[in-house]
Amino acid sequence: MKNDNKDIVIEVKDLVTHYGDRLILDQVNLEVRKGEVMVIMGGSGSGKTTLLRHLLGLHQATSGSILLLGKDITKMAAKDLYELRRKMGVAFQGGALFSSMNVGENVKLPLREHTKLDDKTMDIMCRMKLEVVNLSGFEDLMPAELSGGMTKRVALARAVIMDPKLLFFDEPSAGLDPVVSAELDELILKLKSAMNMSIVVVTHELESAFRIADRITMLDNGKILITGTVDEVRNSDNKRIQDMLNRRPSDTVINAEEYLGRLTGEI
Amino acid sequence: MGIIKKYTTHLGAEFLHFILNVGRMGIYLFTCLFNVIKPPYKITPVVRQLYFIGARSMVVIVVTGLFTGMVVALLGYHNLQKFGSVDLLGSAVGLGLIQELGPVLAALMVIGRAGSSICAELGIMRHSEQIDALECMGIDPYRFLLVPKYVATIISLPILTCIFIVVGVFGGYLVAVVLHGISEGSYFMGMYDSVKWFDIRLGLTKSLLFGLIIVWISTYKGYFLHLNRSGSFGAEGVSRVTTDAVVLSSIAILVGDYLVGTIML
Repeated sequence: MKNDNKDIVIEVKDLVTHYGDRLILDQVNLEVRKGEVMVIMGGSGSGKTTLLRHLLGLHQATSGSILLLGKDITKMAAKDLYELRRKMGVAFQGGALFSSMNVGENVKLPLREHTKLDDKTMDIMCRMKLEVVNLSGFEDLMPAELSGGMTKRVALARAVIMDPKLLFFDEPSAGLDPVVSAELDELILKLKSAMNMSIVVVTHELESAFRIADRITMLDNGKILITGTVDEVRNSDNKRIQDMLNRRPSDTVINAEEYLGRLTGEI
Repeated sequence: MGIIKKYTTHLGAEFLHFILNVGRMGIYLFTCLFNVIKPPYKITPVVRQLYFIGARSMVVIVVTGLFTGMVVALLGYHNLQKFGSVDLLGSAVGLGLIQELGPVLAALMVIGRAGSSICAELGIMRHSEQIDALECMGIDPYRFLLVPKYVATIISLPILTCIFIVVGVFGGYLVAVVLHGISEGSYFMGMYDSVKWFDIRLGLTKSLLFGLIIVWISTYKGYFLHLNRSGSFGAEGVSRVTTDAVVLSSIAILVGDYLVGTIML
């Protein structure tokens, strides 16, 4: 793929973030190109969800910049950020569907709030997107009546209802059986080819990541270990990366004094 | 020395947290009120909230109002009888309900029925990332979620208070006139002579203020669940902020009641 500046839709520069005093992301740099699937990987606590939430403009960074479609969201007024977000779709880990609305109303919500389309057109668009995620005919069900996989697919349909340029997907495989998880992977690939979106997926599922990714960014303790194609990641000789790929626990060297300090509560 | 340092640090942290919280609550209220008056206005969500906060509180308001009026009349009758002044019962019931019991008890009932559920609903929405999802869809949660609740509560509470008072007066009538045989004319004329427009204005001012207090505290506690200092999120966090919202709103209502009384009387 050509690495042209025009093709870069997400650019993260020297991002540093904290929760209180705790450093979460340390000098993170990342580029996502137009039309690619970028998978952000890492173990629990590596900072991948925090990175995603910063990409969505949900948290304030300590320093650094995040450019989405060429605009720096860290310096953007709230009103402009809301405008920009109309070009983005997000499918949250738990679906984040509104429990008081049925599936159809959930999917149509962005249309209802941002467009002046009549009800019939909205219904057709809603059915089209539900068709893409294989859930046509489920418009009248309430979120409580859906399975985990269905919830994620409805969330995906809602995320793409406005035909966004950027799609973010948090942990698509979490809590799903391998078959449903594989179906969701196929769906992501289908969306990529059909709608030419740039897609950022946060996951810790290796198999899923290798299946859908054009490029992978691997995070560890808030730092980027590698950003590269699937093959580059697979063939990396970095020990942490190989540990993660081969599901090996990390060797933690215990400092006796620190350990004692922790036990006695002095540290 | 170490203990003094530890407690001083703790005290300082508590004080800073208090200042931060007060500031945040103030900015939050200002932002909400600004959004309430800023067009465009959407009627449907407000009507939905009016139904939930107002119409669905009717039963509890009617039952509480009825028994409050009955108790006031019962106690008033027995006490006034000692001084041979049962003719004053109508005015005692009317003034008591309009100035004090109507606004305060209606507000406390709305806190229990609607305030707690508003807080829990927003807390769960925060926990399950629904509020984040709204933001990511480019929908302002203040306008989408909070404004209808503000408008509906501020409209509902004075109406519910009026219903409470009317039903209370009827409850008093049942006890005073039907049970104890006070003349109907004396009950209602006593009320008519003693209740002035000022009393009604006082009651309505209180109920408007209480409506604002309830929706402010209930929505604030639920909406900012993630900033809950105890660190608990999830089910425990929601239960904690809901309890906080109910307790804090109730106290604020009683303090506000006294302050409005002091200013207006």
